[in-house]
Order: sequence, then structure tokens, then C-alpha cells
Amino acid sequence: MQTITKQQLLDKADSLLANGTVTAVLGWSKGEFGYDVTPKMFTTKEDLEQNFVWNDFCGVNFSKYLVSKTDRFEGKILVFLKPCDTYSFNQLLTEHRFDREKVYAVGIPCEGMVDVSKLKAATGDGISEIKEDGDNLLVTTIYEDEPATVPCRDVLLERCINCKSKKHVAYDELLGDEGEIIDSARFDEVAQIEAMTPDERFAFWQNELSRCIRCNACRDACPACTCEKCVFDNPNSGVENKAPANSFEEKMFHIIRAYHVAGRCTDCGECSRVCPQNIPLHLLNRKFIKDINEFYGEYQAGAEVGSRAPLVDYTTDDLEPGEVFDRRDMDA
Amino acid sequence: MRKCSLDTINAIFEAIAKTAKLYIPADDKDGSAVYKQWEEGVLWSNALNTVRSPKDFFFPQMETLMEFKTEGKNIEVIDTRSETEDFVIFGVRACDVKSFEVLDRVFLTEPVDSYYAARREKGVIVSTACAKPAETCFCKTFGISPEEPAGDISTWKTENEIFFKANTPKGEALLEKIAGLTEECDETAVDSQKEKIAKVMDKLPLKDLTTDGFGGGKTDEFFNHPAWDELSGSCLGCGTCTFVCPTCQCYDIKDFNTGNGVIRFRCWDSCMYSEFTKMAHGNNRLTQKERFRQRFMHKLVYYPENNEGLFSCVGCGRCLSKCPISMNIVKVMKKIGGKMSE
Amino acid sequence: MQVNEHKPLIVAFCCNWCSYAGADLAGNNRLNYPADVKIIRVPCSCRVNPMFILRAFQRGADGVIICGCHPGDCHYTSGNYYTRRRMAALFSMLDFLGIEKERTRVEWVSAAEGAKFAATMNDFVEQVTALGENKRLEDLRCKR
Repeated sequence: MQTITKQQLLDKADSLLANGTVTAVLGWSKGEFGYDVTPKMFTTKEDLEQNFVWNDFCGVNFSKYLVSKTDRFEGKILVFLKPCDTYSFNQLLTEHRFDREKVYAVGIPCEGMVDVSKLKAATGDGISEIKEDGDNLLVTTIYEDEPATVPCRDVLLERCINCKSKKHVAYDELLGDEGEIIDSARFDEVAQIEAMTPDERFAFWQNELSRCIRCNACRDACPACTCEKCVFDNPNSGVENKAPANSFEEKMFHIIRAYHVAGRCTDCGECSRVCPQNIPLHLLNRKFIKDINEFYGEYQAGAEVGSRAPLVDYTTDDLEPGEVFDRRDMDA
Repeated sequence: MRKCSLDTINAIFEAIAKTAKLYIPADDKDGSAVYKQWEEGVLWSNALNTVRSPKDFFFPQMETLMEFKTEGKNIEVIDTRSETEDFVIFGVRACDVKSFEVLDRVFLTEPVDSYYAARREKGVIVSTACAKPAETCFCKTFGISPEEPAGDISTWKTENEIFFKANTPKGEALLEKIAGLTEECDETAVDSQKEKIAKVMDKLPLKDLTTDGFGGGKTDEFFNHPAWDELSGSCLGCGTCTFVCPTCQCYDIKDFNTGNGVIRFRCWDSCMYSEFTKMAHGNNRLTQKERFRQRFMHKLVYYPENNEGLFSCVGCGRCLSKCPISMNIVKVMKKIGGKMSE
Repeated sequence: MQVNEHKPLIVAFCCNWCSYAGADLAGNNRLNYPADVKIIRVPCSCRVNPMFILRAFQRGADGVIICGCHPGDCHYTSGNYYTRRRMAALFSMLDFLGIEKERTRVEWVSAAEGAKFAATMNDFVEQVTALGENKRLEDLRCKR
């Protein structure tokens, strides 16, 4: 259950549109079943009133949309940013991917977003209506007369269970109360995999990555993946491939993608949210973040604009690649 | 019509698996399902449908077409095809069965795709009626009856029994093989099951969606529709919708240099990708709006135009549940013209 | 002695300014190292993109070693410092995916260290030979 209401967001959007501060609003528009919200550029008050939504299903990170939406756009865009989105926002600014002047950022508090597949696992198929009731969701399905009560905390997205920050690191204006950076347990699962034997790790990832259908959703949703032309889309790169031909290519794609965003990934979790096959892709990114923290000191991408990513930086006494394992073996 | 108790379904699977490779929807991660080859211990999933459609069996995501090897000035062309084995896909939903008809019209008309045809010939489809459709289901929109699924054999699952009806000689031959495990019965139980399904179908949120207004000859009407900008505005350009779609049939043929020869393979392609149908002159669809429009115009206008009004969507709902931003064919139909009947 | 012992294929990316010259020196001094090591000359060890390493494995390499100038001696001042960070991250990731960590290595070899070059290669080949064929990052299509 979100602490800020849809009406508060609507009022803010209406007033900024009316006084000419912004000419468009990047928001969520309602879908067919209550949970299928779609990002949309609103330009009129009527459209906002009819279609704008704010609920527990507004997981989409708008930061990446700013790259394409501000391009050749006249005027300012109002964007609503949840705390985790603001990190991506800063990271994109660090990389000069959009014009800050064209954006009016409104920070909004977030109490965590719901994972639709977890919700469906709890209620079964046939959802016809979803209502919010305090910390619960009342889910009506076509098969039951009475709506099912599902506690939101039971069906949160993985990234929200391990939320790293409720603090906004960028905004022009903040609605609601500012939160705190959270000492989350987000690296626990990475540590569990690290503790496995190499054979177990290999089996784990073989099983996960073999389910990849190479739809590129992880890449296309990722706010750190903003290359004009991805190496995997470029026929001249020699590695372009449209299908996961075999286990090598599955690994190649995911290793290189994770590597390319290493040090720049803010851990927003969009990759895992959008994966149609529910592959825990965030674990690859978190492994890099965890390593970087351990090897080169704590670093949170997007915490501030202009910080230098650890992999494009160095000190003269960095540890040697071989020492990575010595160190780990010593810990064990 | 024949029936057996659901308790003996694994014995049925075992009997089928003795004669051909058998694939059934089995539980995958997080409540989703995937087609797995049956072996002792693989159980029939209760999930409504699989994430990946069964088109994979006839039109796999990637297949090698041929190989080349060069030696000196000679080039050797190797046909890599091996004899296709008999196989049975069990538990296919009515929508997916219909999707094979859509694919057939592409691959089995002249020039016939021999790779597809060989698998089509060897495959036996056992369909299953849907007792619990999801909110994302809209097969009725395309005239598909989930209570009367087509296929070589149709089956109906009740609380504790399963009923079989053969529709083709292929299906009869397969039923013959499991005759010892099933018994003859009348259609009363199936009829009441059908009624039950029909009632559920009337409760679905998308039950009133119709294809009125779409079809061949509508290119001019929809091509420059102002709503395409808004609809495609947040499309990420990923290929999720096309890759989970049972009727999307576009592919690319590419060469892979192995270092000691060349493998020519084909793999699924997506009209949502920037390099889709790229040619020497560049690309014929430069913006995501054009790519997005292509996908839906193909399903709702171009395909029916070339195929006597048959739409190339079967309403399985996979794209509705899997699109990262929840944009889908239903929203497109509602926005640009598919009327909701009163 | 086993007759069909697997002969590993090793790809060595060598910096033009030091390790490549180190390899030359090893040759001039008639120092032995296995012919299974295939050297690819790069302008600096930091030219090695992680993709190069994966591609080497794809095309049949059983081990990949990167040789550069000693930290502080880079011809371009700082290239090898970047190499050090990048490869530490990459090798750790490969290990995370369960790929044998002994198949990859970074070694600093100067132009004067012909003996170190030969010793490093001998040691690395031995290490990779002990692991056997690369199975976890193989591409079956590229097998001969």
C-alpha cells in the first residue's frame, strides 16, 4: 500500500501542466486487469484524469525513457521517480544521456511494488479486480465469489524485498516524506552462490541461463544499457546473434551484458522484473557490485552525479586479479 | 470416446513414451510451465499454459539448415538433417492448436518448408480443454472454442477422470496404442464439462472483444491511425511478445563461421528489432512506431488479407502477461478500432 | 606415458611494448615453452576486451593468459592499471558462473624478462593441462 495517493500525484501533474512548468507528464496508464499498467506521456488534464494510475504495480523505472523522450522534445517533461529510479536518473546524467533542463523530476515515496507472477501464484488465474485495503490487496477472481486477501509484503518484487534505499538522490521537488538508505540483505543470495562448489555454481547458472529466450527484454529495459547500437545487434561486430544457439552464447550474452554495466548498474532490478523466464539476472549485477565494494571500496552507482565508475578508475595498489581468489580462499 | 482415471495418467504417458517421444507441460520455476520430455517422475503441470508456445516443436528457435566445408578450391555442402522421429505433444490448449493452422499456411504453402513439414508430419497433437482460463485469455475473439479443442486427439480433464476423442487417423492410431489402459464411455461427462467451460468463458474480462472492423483490405484505414504514436510510445523494442507468441513466424537465416567451416542456420527474428529485415539499402522500418505497427497490422490486417480472413492471433494471452510494459494486442485492438460489442 | 593426452590450446594476449618483446627474448635465449601457446599481440594489455577472452574460449582455447607491463611501467602510463581492475572483476565473475578459475590468468612480464615469460607459459600450460579440455565455456559448433 503506497503512502502517497494517486490524487496527490494528479494534483501535482495538473498544476504543473496548468502553470506551464511542464508540457508533458510521464506517468503510468491503467490497463485491463488492474495490474497491467503501461508507461505513457500525458499531455492533457482530461487524459490524466481518465487514464493515470498510481498503485502497487507501477514498477517501471522511468529514468531510461527520459533518454528517448527528451530527445528533440520541446519543453519540459514531468517525471515521477521512486527512490530506486532516482539512482538510475543520476547515473544517466553522469553519462550525459539526457538534458537535465528538459526534466522536472518529482520524487515520490514507494512502499514496494508487487510482483504479478507471485500475486497470481497466490490467487490463481482469473483476476478481474484488485483493490487496496491497508497493507493488503483484495483480489477478485472469476472463480471465487469472495475476494482473496493477499498481504502486499508476501508478493513484493525481489528488488523491493531487498530495497536498498527509500531516500531520493535526485529531484526538483519531493512529495511525501524522505526515507533512509537501507542496510539491506541484497548480497545474501550472491554470498550463498559464492559458497557453493564450482560444480554447483555451474549447474545453477546452466539451469537458469538455459531458459533464456534471448528476447533482449533485460537489455532493453535496463537504464544502464543505452548504447545507440548494442554490440549484439550489430551485424558487423561478429557476435551478433538473435538466438541463444547453445550454452556458450547464453553465457556470453549475459556475462558481457552484466560486465558492460558493471560499476554503472544501480541495482534497480528491472532486468529480473521484465524477464519472461524469471531468470534471476540481478544476481549477476549484484556479484559485480559486491566485488567492486570488496575490492575497491563501497560504491553505489548513481548516488551522486559525476562520480567515476570503479572500472574506469584505478589506484596504484589495487589487488591483482589472481589475489581475488587467494583472498576468498583465506576468508573461507 | 474413451476414458481413464487421472490416477493412471502416468501409465498412459509411459505407454505413449514407449512408442514415440512424448512432451507434456511440466512445472517450471515460480508456477510457470514448460514442455518437457516425459520420463518417470515428470508430472503434468496444473498451470494453464506454458510460457513458451508449442510452436517450438515444429519451428524451433534455432535450427541448422546446412553446413559448408571448403578444401582447397572445393566446397562441400552438407545436409545436416537427420531423420525426424515420431513425437507426441500432450496437453496443448485450443489456442495453440489453432496456431498450427496459422503456421501451416505460411510454411506448408508453396514453396513448402521441408524442415517444418517433416516435423509436422511426425508430430501427433493431443489437445486438452481448458477448465480454468485466465483473465488474459481471449481465444473466443478469434472463434476458438476452448471446450472443443482440435488436434489429433482431444481430451477433457474432470476432477478425477480424463476423456479422449480421436479426430484424425493419426489420433486413432495413438488411441489404439493406449486402448488397454482406457475404457469406452459415452459423452455425458464431457458434455457437462463443456457446459461448465462455456459458463466460465462468459465471465472472462475480455469476452466482449471482437475482431469486427479488422481483417483484409483495412490497410488504408489503420496504417496512418493517429493512435500508433501513443501505443508504441513506451515500447522497449524487445522481442518478448514475438518470442512467446504461438503464431509469430518470422525468421532470419544466418551463417556462422566455426573456424573450420560454415554453419547456415535459421533462428527466430522479431519485427520489434531494429535490424529486422535489414537489407543492403538499410532498413525499411526506421522507428519503433513503424516496427510496432508492423507487428499488429500483420496480425490483424495483412495476414487475414492473404489467408481468407484468418487472423494470426489466437488469443492465448502470453503477450498480455509477459510484456515488460504491459502493452499488447488487446490494448491495440481496443484503441484503434476493435469495438467492444454491447 | 599416455598417448592421447589432451594438448591444450592457450591464447596469450601480449602487450606490444613488454611481454611481446619478452617472448622474443625468450626465443633469442632458446628458452623452451610449449608450442600450444598462441600469442596475439595487442598494443596494450588494456586493449583486451572481456569479449576477446570469451571469444577465445568459444573458438577452442582451453586457457587464456594476458601479459602486460608491470604496474607503473605502462607505455601509455596507466593502461595496465585498468587491465588489473577489469580482469579482477571478469575472472571473479567467471568463477561465479562455475568456470574453472585456473583457465585464466594475468601476468606482468617486462621486455627484459624472457626467462619469466617462458617460466610463466610453462606453468600456465601445465595448470591448464591438468584441468583438461575446456567444457564449460565451449561452443560445440567450433569443435574440430
